[in-house]
Amino acid sequence: MSKSVDNLAKIKHSLTRRNRAEARFRWYGRIAIFIGLSAVAVLFVDIISKGHGAFQATYINLDVSYNQDIIGIDNLMDSTQLVAGDWQALSKTALRTKFPQVSGRSDKRELNNLLSSGAGFDLKDRLMAKPLLLNETESIWILADDDIDTYYKSWLDGDAYAARLSEKQIGWIDELHQQDLIRLQLNTNLFTRGDSREPEQAGILGAVMGSILTLVLTLLLSFPIGVSAAIYLEEFAPKNKWTDFIEVNINNLAAVPSIIFGLLGLAIFINFFHVPRSVPIVGGLVLTLMILPTIIITSRAAIKSVPPSIREAALGMGASKYQMVLHHVLPLALPGMLTGAIIGMAQALGETAPLLMIGMVAFIVDIPGSFTDPATVLPVQIFLWADSPERAFIEKTSAAIMVLLTFLIIMNTSAVWLRKRLERHW
Amino acid sequence: MSPANTDKPSMLKKAAAAKGMPMQNLEVDDHQVTVGQSFSDNAKMTMRNINVFYGDNQAIHDVSIDIAKNQVIAMIGPSGCGKSTFLRTLNRMNDTVEGCRVEGDIRMDGENLYAPKLDVVELRARVGMVFQKPNPFPKSIYDNVAYGAKIHGLADTRVDLDEIVENSLRKASLWKEVKERLHQPGTGLSGGQQQRLCIARAIAVSPEVILMDEPCSALDPIATARIEELIKELSENFTIAIVTHSMQQAARVSHRTAYFHLGKLIEVNPTEQVFTMPQHRLTEAYITGRFG
Repeated sequence: MSKSVDNLAKIKHSLTRRNRAEARFRWYGRIAIFIGLSAVAVLFVDIISKGHGAFQATYINLDVSYNQDIIGIDNLMDSTQLVAGDWQALSKTALRTKFPQVSGRSDKRELNNLLSSGAGFDLKDRLMAKPLLLNETESIWILADDDIDTYYKSWLDGDAYAARLSEKQIGWIDELHQQDLIRLQLNTNLFTRGDSREPEQAGILGAVMGSILTLVLTLLLSFPIGVSAAIYLEEFAPKNKWTDFIEVNINNLAAVPSIIFGLLGLAIFINFFHVPRSVPIVGGLVLTLMILPTIIITSRAAIKSVPPSIREAALGMGASKYQMVLHHVLPLALPGMLTGAIIGMAQALGETAPLLMIGMVAFIVDIPGSFTDPATVLPVQIFLWADSPERAFIEKTSAAIMVLLTFLIIMNTSAVWLRKRLERHW
Repeated sequence: MSPANTDKPSMLKKAAAAKGMPMQNLEVDDHQVTVGQSFSDNAKMTMRNINVFYGDNQAIHDVSIDIAKNQVIAMIGPSGCGKSTFLRTLNRMNDTVEGCRVEGDIRMDGENLYAPKLDVVELRARVGMVFQKPNPFPKSIYDNVAYGAKIHGLADTRVDLDEIVENSLRKASLWKEVKERLHQPGTGLSGGQQQRLCIARAIAVSPEVILMDEPCSALDPIATARIEELIKELSENFTIAIVTHSMQQAARVSHRTAYFHLGKLIEVNPTEQVFTMPQHRLTEAYITGRFG
């Protein structure tokens, strides 16, 4: 009797100790989650606070007269005239009409610097779209120069950054502001243009298209190859030293630094097979090499998780091994395989280093339209902009990061959604 | 004898001693000859001198037995005695096990099942199997039953397939319960219904022999009773070999009973005789519950 009372006391004593240990462990977990979440929060707050400005750009309202004498053309259908035309004169004339008191070479140059150097070409596009405007005058919002953009945004926020502007330019901006002729507008250039040396004209469409083309090729190559390899290794290959050797090496490949895949791609695809450099084909090939191990490993795990009883049932019915795999194993393993593929693709989307090796770091203004057009990709674009000296590229960089993160979030969310959607319970 | 098997009998002896039972020699002679009536004049399948190895480990020692046509033969014996392994040699399911090797002569209607040119796919269409744990495919009830007919190309039209599905479900006495929900998942049925679905799936391809590996071990007594009923009905048209842990079940459903012990076939006799007048001391020890 006394012994059982004794035991009870011991159990009670150990119980408090165990409960305390459990409570402590819960707190460790909470703290770990908190640290992780705050890191993410800091990242997002920092990037959004720096990058949100890039989604707006400064525009100046001017009366533009599309006078054919100013441009120096007499026929809008003549392409040689169009190329030779002095389109910049349109915006310069409009500025001088607005500020007639400005005289002197350097003052005039400062005045012209209010507008983006691409303003003339925007006006040309406008005229080509509406030829009836020739020799007419219209009031139009014209893109401002990046230094003006930086100054005006910071001035609106109450912390004016005027280091790159002259007193006179600041005066003109004040004047325009008082007349409501300068304002922030949605920056459509960001989403419709390729890269540019001029920050106000730079957009990420080129990089987005480059990423999409590269990833489409990566998916088309890596998913079938990875899944076939996983099915063969898991279901058909004899278990011997060779398959062990292959398994070890697949795991090794998954841990190889990605820049080495870039060097491999440079040596094999570009130097040996003479695939053109800087194009989505070579990017897709290199990223395929890089994410194949991930896809093979996750696909094998998905195949392994299919209960053996289903295999036995199929074989017992007289299904061939191929039918067993095709009819039963593959449908059950597919959600896991797709999740793995999407995680691999997300990894590929964020990859920079190997692409630097195969020339996708080139400065490319044109938006790539096919697998053989020179292209760059989102993370490389971020790298390029972060590397640029112009202050206006700071917010562009953050904006590009936001676009990249958006794509990553969409991909990872769809991975979770697909898994939930396709998962079958048995 | 491989060394892995040597300590098992001594464990059994200890167990018997612990229960306060008279010490008895439970070891098997190396030159054990199966007692009783191993052979049949009306054999569907004949097995001669079967040895099965898993790597270096021998699981079945020199077993010879006939399985008679349109009869139920029950395999009983303590866990690990090799009865499931033996059953799986009959449709070559052991082929799928890494390192498993089968020696001996197994014939169905005189045809050698281990002949190099024999296709296991055809064999498994002729020798169906029902597993211990109900394992319907995660597909609809209809697709489960229709699967075998589809892969073997047994039905030319949709109507034929419907007929095969209905007949198989009727034979498995499941039709009434599921006819309203043929296109719902088979995994949504109760355990007993799932096992009858698996039986329906197996008989849908009209096999000649059905192997059952402890088909009721995961089921409650009522579901078990229904399956046993079904086995009796099926034995009119099919040859059935069933492995069971339940001696009552063997007694209820089978015509002949084979007792396995440590990979050896000890005794084969008509079921009634095995349970009333076992010929071998080991059979007697097992059925009287002295070990197992």
